[in-house]
This record gives sequence, structure tokens and C-alpha cells, in this order.
Amino acid sequence: MRIALFITCFNDTMFPGTGKAVVRLLERLGHTVDFPQEQGCCGQMHFNTGYRREAVPLARRFAEVFRGYEAVVTPSGSCAAMVRDHHRVLQPDLAPPPVYELSELLVDVLGVTDVGAWFPHRVTYHPTCHSMRMLRVGDRPLRLLRAVRGIDLVELPAAESCCGFGGTFALKNPDTSNAMLADKVHHVRATGAEVLCAGDNSCLMHIGGALSRTRTGIATRHLAEILAATEEDADEHPS
Amino acid sequence: MNTPHDSVVWLGAPAFPEAARSALADTRLRKNLRKATGTIREKRLAATGELDDWEELRAAGAAVKRRTLRHLDRYLEQLEESVARAGGTVHWAADAAEANRIVTELVTATGEREVVKVKSMATQEIGLNEALAAAGISAYETDLAELIVQLAGDHPSHILVPAIHRGRAEIREIFRRGMGDRGRPAPDGLSDEPAALAEAARLHLRDKFLRAKVAVSGANFACADTGTIGVVESEGNGRMCLTLPDTLITVMGIEKVLPSFADLEVFLQLLPRSSTGERMNPYTSMWTGTVAGDGPRAFHLVLLDNGRTATLRDPVGRQALACIRCSACLNVCPVYERTGGHAYGSVYPGPIGAVLTPQLMGVGQASSLPFASTLCGACYDACPVKIDIPEVLVHLRAAEVDAKRGGVPTPEALAMKAAAGVLGSPRRLAAAQRAAAATGRLSARRGSIRRLPGPLSRWSDTRDTPAPPRESFRAWWRRTRTGPTAEDER
Repeated sequence: MRIALFITCFNDTMFPGTGKAVVRLLERLGHTVDFPQEQGCCGQMHFNTGYRREAVPLARRFAEVFRGYEAVVTPSGSCAAMVRDHHRVLQPDLAPPPVYELSELLVDVLGVTDVGAWFPHRVTYHPTCHSMRMLRVGDRPLRLLRAVRGIDLVELPAAESCCGFGGTFALKNPDTSNAMLADKVHHVRATGAEVLCAGDNSCLMHIGGALSRTRTGIATRHLAEILAATEEDADEHPS
Repeated sequence: MNTPHDSVVWLGAPAFPEAARSALADTRLRKNLRKATGTIREKRLAATGELDDWEELRAAGAAVKRRTLRHLDRYLEQLEESVARAGGTVHWAADAAEANRIVTELVTATGEREVVKVKSMATQEIGLNEALAAAGISAYETDLAELIVQLAGDHPSHILVPAIHRGRAEIREIFRRGMGDRGRPAPDGLSDEPAALAEAARLHLRDKFLRAKVAVSGANFACADTGTIGVVESEGNGRMCLTLPDTLITVMGIEKVLPSFADLEVFLQLLPRSSTGERMNPYTSMWTGTVAGDGPRAFHLVLLDNGRTATLRDPVGRQALACIRCSACLNVCPVYERTGGHAYGSVYPGPIGAVLTPQLMGVGQASSLPFASTLCGACYDACPVKIDIPEVLVHLRAAEVDAKRGGVPTPEALAMKAAAGVLGSPRRLAAAQRAAAATGRLSARRGSIRRLPGPLSRWSDTRDTPAPPRESFRAWWRRTRTGPTAEDER
């Protein structure tokens, strides 16, 4: 299948490794990945902060760049939700192509849960709010993770509780954000995991920022990176 | 400037972020809230999870409310007729001041100087107790938690559990200090055992019930077809107020009307399961006008607008008027769980307060509240009438931003405009990525940045940030998947 990758501006700039992992994973499964180079941002930050006017051209560009694709994959639950739920709010005449968050594409469209990954580490999974409550990905990410060889998947207490990021919320309400973050870090630590996994690098950067500041030694990995890992790249050790 | 609605918010309350800061520093408050919201969350999940048709009930509740709001004028006039037919009198109040004036005149006409009160959000919203006090009339709250709040001279911090911010040791002190001034004092040697505290409240309130000639209540529902008004509660104190006095005055927001008595079948399931996590609340009182020889001899229904008609004009925002005040959204909200209700500075705290308060007040008021959410969506999932609170929050944020356009742009507005320019152009985005990588590497140590400038320091105070990588994804793709271009070889 030919699949277009919407990398998202944030992953593009800050976490290119996640994009590379998506490409590696999908190609390993026998699919062709396109990266339309004219792509930009879905406008989520603008939309959620109240700057709708500024988000409109971004949504328009998205529809133009990805027009005609049978499937678009993105390694971000919140950006997938933005395109699917909100582009039409911005511009009722917009008809974005089908956009899938990575776990949705794998499980629903490609019909796989065992992607042949190997990741011999203790991992806990944080279901990000928008993937859970807007996209309703349910247990798809967990089904994918459970099929990873060598993984020791441990349950995160109060997993469904928001980490406190919320985009510009973390800057507008820093004290409340910190209080939520502290509880999330407490729960992550309680699992004894070496690696915290999620389907959104924004939430992961938020929690990971505190895991790093408090020297917990717990690494963060996007779901794509765990699913892309194989025994061949055993050198790659979470650090 | 005073607006007609300004009792919805507390005068002088700071914006949410500042109010939250002091609330978050109160460790006892944090502990009380965590315990209380955690317990009630579990109970609600159990009570809603046991019904196979819970989702159908939610859909039915949402549909009834939507239909009611679409034809609100018709149902309200029908309600007025039904209440009048049953022997009650209906009064219309455009705002808080008018509602307060009506109630004050009604009480004054009875010759009484005291009223007992059933727990009511509408009368909190209009500041009725204060208005009555100004007219020399004492209003006694009879809901246990409202009594605690009133004796402490405090504000409620939760829709259902107004004293959720108080622990039992605090409550004992409040009773010991406050009860004597307002009636029967607390018993000597009062302990902080819940049973002892409840007994003290019972004795204190029993005097009021037996003496009261006038009661004031709110309403959970009013059925347009029969004129029946309903109040649900847990303690039975409401039942005392609704049955013992000679005169009953009910203040009700206009959105509380239901088309028919049969609709209660849906709402009497949705409300208790969502609010207290019970299959059925202990006391459900319903009355239809007056009945000779039983209950109040005079019944007045005050229908309150106070910003609701204006809210109804907004096709997205109007869904907030479907709220049945169950407070499930407060109990599941990760923000409310940390800050408590006072930080919202409003009679209506939590997620529903963040969408209701600014709308009842008008745009530009309570403007920090729509931003007091991470948009995590837990409130929407919990709402028994499916109010899409995140949708309304984002809608109100846009209204707030748009209201400020045209003046001197804020730093945030400038940053958002600049970001839109960069993110809308792959060429400018690539250039910005190269610049970010270069500056990021300079300030990074071992791949992470510990301090960010300006407002971003609010982030970096507690979080490390990874240094932007040398090569963006798009640059990697171009280098490895397409032929080199002139720009790559710059």
C-alpha cells in the first residue's frame, strides 16, 4: 500500500527519529511511504489557543498537499484528531483525506498487531488524552506493544490521567501543569520501567522533561520507535 | 464596572493562574481534594458501568435537553400555565437584581424575617442570601455542606459538595465558633467524628425547620406539561424545607424546564448515578402547585434568565445550558482535582464553570477560565448529557482572542502570527529548523537544554528540553530519499 506520511511540524523539527522509525516500520511491512515535501503544520496549536484565523491557511495547505492519498499516517494522536475533527470546523468545505494515527493504521487498515519488533526492556505506556478520548484508539497501541518480542510491559497507574501538557496550557497555567506532571512522574517511577512509551512526542517531551530534570534515568520512546526496533539494531539502547 | 450578572463571579477574584498558585500550595486542600474526587470517581464509574444502556441514556438526555433548548420559549410558557393551573404563581426575572427583588418582596409580604434554604445553585448565582440580608432578612442554609460554608463565611468550592475543601477537624472548629451566633450552639465537647458533627448540625437545623414559615429552594427539574417541580438531595433537609413552611419560593434557571413528566425517567437515572454515584438519591421531592391541607399554602416560581438567553444565541456555546449540575465533570477533571473550586472565582467551578461562567457574564469576563483546561476530554466523557466541554472551551478561546484583535497585539498574538507564517511554508520551516538546531546546540549540555528564555522559562523551570537535532526529518528525507538540491548544498 502507498501511504503518505504526515510527520507533523513538531516531530519534523524536534523528533526526526520518530519519523524515520515510521518509514522503517512501514517499509519493513512491505508498504511504500511517500513524504510530500510541501507539507507543514495542521494548525492544532493555533486552533486550540483561539487563533482560528491563523489556522485556516494551514488546514487548507494540508488538504491540498495530501489530496488524493488513500491513507495518510501520522505519529501523533492529537494532530490526527485535529485534522479529522477540527479542519472542517475551520473550513466547512475542506475534505481532508483519511488520516490515521500510527496504531490505527497498523491495526485497522493494515491489519497487523505483530509487526516483528524486538525491544528487550521494561516499558510502561501512557495513553495520551487525544488518542484515547478524541480518536478512541482504545487498546490498539497496547495490542501492538504486547506483540513485541522481549518486552516487559508494565501497567501505568492512573494511566488515563492527563500529564498536564495541554499545549499552551503548560505556559499559561504553569503551576497547575506542574502539579499534574508531578503526579504523572510519580506514577511512571512507581512502575520501575526503564522506558516510558506514548503515541505523541509532545506529551512525551513534557513528561520526559521532568524525568530528565529529576534524574530518574527513565527514557522516553515514541511507539513508532519501539515498533521499528529489531534485533538487528540491538546496539540502539535506550539511554 | 458592575454588570447585571456579576454575582456569578466573586468580586475581586484573581485570574485563574494566580488563584491556582495559592490553592496548589495548600497541601491539606490537595489531600482533601484528591481523596474526595478519587472516591466519588470510583463510585460514579461503578454506578454507570452497571447499566447496559448507559450510553443510550446519555444520548436520550442530550436529545431531550437539545429539544428543550430549541423550543425553550414554548416550554416556559407551558410551564407557566401549568404552575398557575395548579395554584402556584410564576415570576419572570431578567437578571440577578430582578430575581433578588422579587424574592425579597415575596418574603417581606409574609411579614417574616427568616427563611430556610434548600441547597440551590441558582440562588448562589444571584447572591440571594446577601440581597436578603441587605433587606434585614436572615437566610439559613440547611444543606449540611452549605451550612458549613455559610457558618465559615466562605464560598462553596464544588457544585455538589460545596465544602469539599474542608476536613472534619476544620468543620468541628467552624461549628464551635459559628453555630452560637446563628442559633443553637454546638454541643460542648464536640468531637470531629462524622456522626457527632452530623448530630450537631441536626440539632442546630431542627430549630430552624420547626420555626420557619418561608422556604427558598432551587429546582433540578420543572415539567412543562404538569407544572411539577423536582428537587433531588441526600439528607432530607431539603424535604423539611419543601414541606413544613407556609410559603415556598423556588428560584430556577429557565433552562431547567423539561417538556414532560415522562422525561424524568431519563434524568432521575442520569443525575444520581453521575453526581453521587448512587442508583437513586435518598430523597426525591416533587410538588405541583399547592394542595389544600398539605405542604406550603403559597408557591412562587421565579424563572431566572441572568445571561441564559444570550448564551442560547450561540450555536456552539448553548450546549452548556444542558447542564444538570451533577458535577461529574469536576470530579474527573485533572485541573479541578489539583486546584479545587475556589481558583475558578465563580459559583460554577470546574470544566462546566469554565464554559458557563464566561457565557453567563458575557465575553471579556472571566476570560482566563476557558484557558484553565488541558483539553484532555475527561469531562466530555463523564457528562451525562454529552456536553462537548472541550469544544466549547476552544470556541470561547477563539472568541476571547478575536475580541482582542484590532488593538495593540499581545506578545502571544505576535508569536502566533509569526509561527503561522513559518509553519505555513516548507521553505521558511526548513530555515527555522536550521536556526533552531544551531541555537539549541549552543545552549545544550549533553543534548538537553535546562533553561529557556522569557515566558518559556515557565516550562524550563521544571523540565529539561532536548536540543533540536542537527538534521530535521525533512532534511533527512531530502538527503537520503531524493537527489540533492541547490538548497542542500548552500
